[in-house]
Amino acid sequence: MHLDSSDFAAIWLTLQLATLTTLLLLLIGTPVAWWLSRTRSRWKGPIGAVVALPLVLPPTVLGFYLLVAMGPQGPVGQLTQALGLGVLPFTFAGLVVGSVIYSLPFVVQPLQNAFESIGVRPLEAAATLRASPWDCFFTVVLPLARPGFVTAAILGFAHTVGEFGVVLMIGGNIEGRTRVVSVQIYDHVEALEYAQAHWLAGGMVVFSFVVLLLLYTRRRAAPLW
Amino acid sequence: MNAFSVVAGLAALALSAGAPAAEVQVAVAANFTAPMQALSQAFEQDTGHRAVAAYGATGQFYAQIRHGAPFEVFLAADQERPARLEAEGRIVPGSRFTYAVGSLVLWSAQPGLVDDRGAVLTQNGFRHLAIANPKAAPYGAAAMQVLHKLGLAPAVESRIVEGQSIAQAYQFVASGNAELGFLALSQVYKDGKLTAGSAWVVPAALHEPIRQDAVILDRGVNNPAARAFVDYLKSPRAADIIRSFGYEVAAP
Amino acid sequence: MDTTGIDARLRVDYAGFSLDVDLRLPGRGVTALYGHSGSGKTTFLRCVAGLASEGKGYLSVNGQVWLDTASGVRVPTHRRALGYVFQEASLFPHLDVLRNLEYGRKRVPAAERRVQLDEAVQLLGIGHLLQRLPAGLSGGERQRVGMARALLTSPRLLLMDEPLASLDQARKQEILPYLERLHAELDIPVLYVSHAPLEVARLADHLVLLENGRALASGPIADMLARPDLPLALDDDASVVVAGTVAGFDAAYRLLAIRLPGGQACLRVVHAGLPEGRPARVAVRARDVSLALAPVRDSSIVNIIPACVRNVAPAGHPDHVLVSLDADGAPLLARITRYSRDQLGLAPGMRVWAQIKAVSVLG
Repeated sequence: MHLDSSDFAAIWLTLQLATLTTLLLLLIGTPVAWWLSRTRSRWKGPIGAVVALPLVLPPTVLGFYLLVAMGPQGPVGQLTQALGLGVLPFTFAGLVVGSVIYSLPFVVQPLQNAFESIGVRPLEAAATLRASPWDCFFTVVLPLARPGFVTAAILGFAHTVGEFGVVLMIGGNIEGRTRVVSVQIYDHVEALEYAQAHWLAGGMVVFSFVVLLLLYTRRRAAPLW
Repeated sequence: MNAFSVVAGLAALALSAGAPAAEVQVAVAANFTAPMQALSQAFEQDTGHRAVAAYGATGQFYAQIRHGAPFEVFLAADQERPARLEAEGRIVPGSRFTYAVGSLVLWSAQPGLVDDRGAVLTQNGFRHLAIANPKAAPYGAAAMQVLHKLGLAPAVESRIVEGQSIAQAYQFVASGNAELGFLALSQVYKDGKLTAGSAWVVPAALHEPIRQDAVILDRGVNNPAARAFVDYLKSPRAADIIRSFGYEVAAP
Repeated sequence: MDTTGIDARLRVDYAGFSLDVDLRLPGRGVTALYGHSGSGKTTFLRCVAGLASEGKGYLSVNGQVWLDTASGVRVPTHRRALGYVFQEASLFPHLDVLRNLEYGRKRVPAAERRVQLDEAVQLLGIGHLLQRLPAGLSGGERQRVGMARALLTSPRLLLMDEPLASLDQARKQEILPYLERLHAELDIPVLYVSHAPLEVARLADHLVLLENGRALASGPIADMLARPDLPLALDDDASVVVAGTVAGFDAAYRLLAIRLPGGQACLRVVHAGLPEGRPARVAVRARDVSLALAPVRDSSIVNIIPACVRNVAPAGHPDHVLVSLDADGAPLLARITRYSRDQLGLAPGMRVWAQIKAVSVLG
C-alpha cells in the first residue's frame, strides 16, 4: 500500500468531520423537518426551498459565499471576531459549519418524509391516550420515524465524506485540520502522485458503494423510508 | 451597378482579407490570467485569429491533456509539465519555449501592512499566510524556497494556508481571510504599478526562477491559429504587454 | 360520580361546511349521533375530543369545562379525561397489543385508574392476543383492542366514531355483544357515531339526529324512533324500539313473553329463554304493524294488542301514511295505505287493535 501518514491523517480528519457534521445535523435537522412536516404556515414553501438550496447550488458557490461571509469583513466573521473566536475559514470548525450547510437537505428531507408518512392519526390517538405533544414525539413519532433517521444519518455522513468544493474554498488545505480525503486526492493528482491518488480514490469508491448498499438493502425491509 | 458586380465586389473584398480567421484553444496557467486576457484582445486585433482560453491549475491541465483534453496550446506555470509532455511525445517537436518569467510578490489587501523589505514576515502581525499549493504550483514552491532561504520557515509554518492554485491563494488574501500571501506579481500589478494594498516584490535571487514554458500540443499541429498565437507571444508587442503585468520576458 | 350531563354549544367552520349545534345530552348511557355521511357527526365528535382546533363555543362534560371560547379556556386533548375509538383502530404499529393497551393506562395517575387491565381484556375477549403486533391482527381484533385501549384510560366520556363501519357483517355481529356488555357493565357515558340504524337501535339510550351540520332533533331513543316527522321514520326500515321486561318463557314452544312498559300487555316472540324480570329491548318495523277496529280471532299473528291512535302523518311514499300509536306505554308506528286510513276512518284518539307480525329481540 502506498499511503503515507498524511493520507491517514486525511482519512481520520474526514471521518471526524463527517461524524460531527452528521450528529449536528440530526440535532438541528429534526426540529426543522418536524416543523416542515406539520406546519400549514405560508413560510413552509420558502423555508423548504432554502433548505433544499444546497442540493442545486454548485459547492463552489456555497464555498465562495461562506468564505466571504465568514471572513473578517463578512457578517459571520464579524460576529465570531466579536466573540473572540477569530475567523472560521482555515479551521476545522469552519469546515463543520460549511458541511452542516452543504449536507442539510440530505438530512432534513428524509426526516421530513418520514414524519409526513406517519400521518396525523397516530398523534391524535396518542393525545386521546393522555400523551402530551413532547411525550407523543418521543414515544410515538421517533420510533415510527426511525428508518428515516437511519437514512438521514447515512446520507448525511456519506455526503460529507464526499465534500470537495466547499472544503476547497474555505479549507486552506492544512494537514490535520482541513485537508480532507477529497482534497488529498486532488493534491496527489496535481503532484503527479498517481499511485496514492488511486488508493485513496479507490477506497472512497468502495466506501460509498458499501454505504449505499447498506441503505438500499435496508430499504426493502423497512418500507417506511 | 447591377447585382453581378455587387457580388463580385464583395467576393474580392473577402478574398483580400488574407487566410480565413481560425480559433485556437489555449490552456493557461491561473497566474497568467490577466496578461492572457490583454494578449487575446491584441492578438485578435492584429491577426484576426481568436484565442479561446481556459484558466486553471497547471497540474490539472497536464492530467487532462494526457487524457485527451481538446487544447491546442498550453501556457504552463512551470517548465516541468511542458517538459514531461515533450518527453511523452505529445507536443509539436521544438515548439517548447519560455514565454514569461514570473515574479513573486508578498502582498496584503491592507495598505501599509507590508513593508518594502518583507520584514512583516518576522513579526506577529498576521494570523494566516496564503500560498499556492507547493506541490502543484511553482509559485507555491517558490514561496517555500523564499521562506527557507530567509530562515523563516519554522516560525511561519503553522500559519500557512494553501490555496489549490495561485488564484485561490489570491482569493484568500483579497477576502481578508489571510492577512498576507505569496502571489504572482501579475495578480496585483497592472500598467506598471500595484493595483491595491501593500506589497514586497521578492528579489529573484531568493528563489529558483519561475520560468513559465509554453508548447503547441499535437492537437494543434494543423491549426494555423495555434502557430500564429505562439509566434505572437514572441513578438515585441506581446513582450510589452507581458512586462506591463510584472513578468520578465526571457531572452529569445 | 357527576352525571350532570354534557352541555355542547359548538361551532366549527370549514370551507364548504359548518357545524353549529346546541345540545344537552345525558351524562350517562349511550348517546347515538346519527345521520348520513357529511352530516357532521364525526366533526362533532372530534370537536368534543378537542381534535378540531377550529372548534369554538362551550363544552362541559359532567361538570368539567373543556372548552369556553368566551373565557379563553381550551383544555388540550391530552388533558381531557376521554377515550376515543377511531373508525380504523389506529393502534400503534411499533408496539405489541399489551403495550398498546398500557400506553394510555400508564399516563393516568394511579389514583384515577378505575378500569383494570384484566377487566378490559376479559370484557373484549383479547387475552390471547397480548403478545401480537397490530399487523398480525384481523380487523375485528384490532377494533376490540382499540376499544380496550380507550377504556383503560378510565375515561369520563367514551367517544366512538363508527367503530364497526370498516368491518364486515360477521365481524359486526361478533363485536356488537361486546359493546352491549360494555354498556351494561361499565358506567361510562358514551357518544357513539353511526349511520347504521341497527347499531343505533341496539345500543342507544339517547339519539341525536344530525343533518348538514345541524341537530334536527335530540331525545330518548324510543321517542325519537317513533316520531313520524323525522327522516328516520321515512325510511323503509323505520322501526321503533320498545323497552320491556321479560315476563316469562314457554319452553315447549320457545316463546318469550315481554311485558310492555304499561305493565298490561305482553309481546310474545320466538327466542331463547331469558331470566324473568330482565330488561329486554325489541324492535318493531312500521311495515310489520297492521291495524284493525276489532280484535281478530283465530289468526296466526301472535301479537294483537290494544292501542290508541296518537297521530296520522304522511309517509315517504305518497300513497302510504304513518300512524303513531301508544300501545300500553310503548310507542308504535304502523305504515298503512291511505285507502285503509279512509276505510277505517282513523283519527287521533281512536282505540284500535295493533297486529304486530314480527318482533325482533335486540338484547
